[in-house]
Amino acid sequence: MPRIKKQIMVKNKQGLHARPAALFVQVANKFDSRITVSRNHEEVNGKSIMGILMLGVEANTPIMIEVDGPDAQRALSELENIVSSEKEK
Amino acid sequence: MIELKGIAAAPGISIGPAHKMGKEEYIVPKKEILEEEIPLQIQLFEEALIKTRKEIIELQRRIGSEMGQEEAQIFDAHLLVLEDRMLIEEVIARLKKEKICAAYIFSGVLKKYIDVFSKIEDEYLKERIADINDVGKRVLRHLLGAEARGIGSLTERVVLVAHDLSPSDTATMHKNKVFAFVTDIGGKTSHTAIMAKSLEIPAVVGVEEATSKIKAGDLLIVDGSMGIVIVNPDEETLATYRQESERLKGVAEKFLLVKDLDAVTLDHKKVEIFANIEFPDEVTSVKQHGAQGIGLYRTEFFYMNRKDLPTEEEHYQAYKFVAEEMNPHCVIIRTLDLGGDKFLSQFEIPQDMQPFLGWRAIRFCLARPDIFKLQLRAILRASVHGNLKLMYPMISGVEELRQANKILEEAKEELRKSQVAFEEDIQAGAMIEVPSAAMTTDILAQEADFFSIGTNDLIQYSLAVDRVNEKVAYLYEPAHPAVLRLIKNIIEAAHSADIKVGMCGEMAGEPSFALLLLGLGLDEFSMPPQVIPELKYIIRSVTLKQAQEIAFRALRLSTGKEVEEFSQAKLREILK
Repeated sequence: MPRIKKQIMVKNKQGLHARPAALFVQVANKFDSRITVSRNHEEVNGKSIMGILMLGVEANTPIMIEVDGPDAQRALSELENIVSSEKEK
Repeated sequence: MIELKGIAAAPGISIGPAHKMGKEEYIVPKKEILEEEIPLQIQLFEEALIKTRKEIIELQRRIGSEMGQEEAQIFDAHLLVLEDRMLIEEVIARLKKEKICAAYIFSGVLKKYIDVFSKIEDEYLKERIADINDVGKRVLRHLLGAEARGIGSLTERVVLVAHDLSPSDTATMHKNKVFAFVTDIGGKTSHTAIMAKSLEIPAVVGVEEATSKIKAGDLLIVDGSMGIVIVNPDEETLATYRQESERLKGVAEKFLLVKDLDAVTLDHKKVEIFANIEFPDEVTSVKQHGAQGIGLYRTEFFYMNRKDLPTEEEHYQAYKFVAEEMNPHCVIIRTLDLGGDKFLSQFEIPQDMQPFLGWRAIRFCLARPDIFKLQLRAILRASVHGNLKLMYPMISGVEELRQANKILEEAKEELRKSQVAFEEDIQAGAMIEVPSAAMTTDILAQEADFFSIGTNDLIQYSLAVDRVNEKVAYLYEPAHPAVLRLIKNIIEAAHSADIKVGMCGEMAGEPSFALLLLGLGLDEFSMPPQVIPELKYIIRSVTLKQAQEIAFRALRLSTGKEVEEFSQAKLREILK
């Protein structure tokens, strides 16, 4: 089972608040893989809206996404797409 | 007597005693549990989550059908919180470790999140706190077996005064229990305002001191048009408002008197007044308001909030129900209109730069004939249960109409082969909402059984205005001369080919445009059920000749604003 880890810069203007956070969690929940997001050693479940909001990630800060499971590669690329896109989706 | 000022959120005048609704709070006892009680507590917690989930989905469905998808989406955020894995796992883990009852642990975990979020300065998070609170209270209520806060126990009709009303609160309101709403906070577009409008009761929100200045039982005058609340009015004020309120009621009653009559002009020209719906159970409201058919049955909801695709049977059951309920009146089903501002979760739709000009509606359906044909088969099968018609959204030229009709033929052929009954002569119409279609209606009329004008899109495409964009929204003018000429062109082309034209956009339900559209020759008006009685009343008050005169003059005006003012003046003159 693949386990991948990647540091990604959050480009989205709203950071990981608001709609991007909700979108992130909705997309994360489509996958079977375990997804964790961390910043400054604080680690949360990437499938939890409460967790993501707790991190309070602002724009232009790096986060670490770790994906573990059968669909890891796809999950990571879709999630990366959301956080690294500058325009609001 | 004191007068409080707030924001006018829903129009109308109501007079009644104040009923104060306090904050919903539960005292949660810290109950220790035994090791062997843990599984039971977890089970209770899970059951509370399931019950809450059901409750929210039911609420969402009801709000969606009564008020529309936008209002229903409020509850998406609630579901996201409710299904949050971290929250659930934390409650279960702590329950096992601390051996305390689920209700106590749950409210503790919830409080922890709310405390953290409260410290972050973020508008979106503030709203989420309200969501978390709302959902949390629902779960707690189930865990504690408590009664829902609501107005179910009220014996007399009251004016509801509260600091704020949550979506869950307002969803339980009934017109026959509540005269009006008054809240401390909120704005014109707040949830309370939207809800009050759709319940057709007056509301004043953002009355900062409402809960501190108003005592339970105080007599209140709520003027939802002016945004004023008068507490314990003197005799004279009361008399003035009573009179005004009677006058308004009189107007409403005049409309109701004609609701079940035909929409016929004084010189006997009959037009059809239909309703727009999204959910099957809206047919009750449709019939109550006197609609003589359904001019737009949206079908996107089958695809919303789910991961799998709806089956043919699901489509069929819904269409059959609506067809039977409305029989012998006609029901026009619009085939899947996804894209633009409506996205579905099942498909990976590329992010279009300009979604309204992109892969949507009939374009999507023609590219995915599997999905399209499944829906057409369901419509065909349901057609034997009533008077069904179908129409294709966003046709931009005759090729699309041909391709769609070809797939319809294939669906018919499949059913014939498997000897399934359907109405052979089912009518298939084209929605005219793209300027290229509006300009070529003479060609389209040769191959469509009827037209239905979708004004919302037609206006935005022909005036190049995205009305969601605040900076240009002022350019969105339904009565712009360009739009009127397009409508005139559509109707003339249809009538010379001997087919009927309906309209199902917002313009059709706008009283000030009713005379103009009648004069242009529109055959069928389709609108939200609530406006039907008023539209019928208007049409029954004029002659076709008068309406034609109004249309003739309107077409000679130079701006949308002039047309609008002219139409309103004419309407006032006629209803005087």
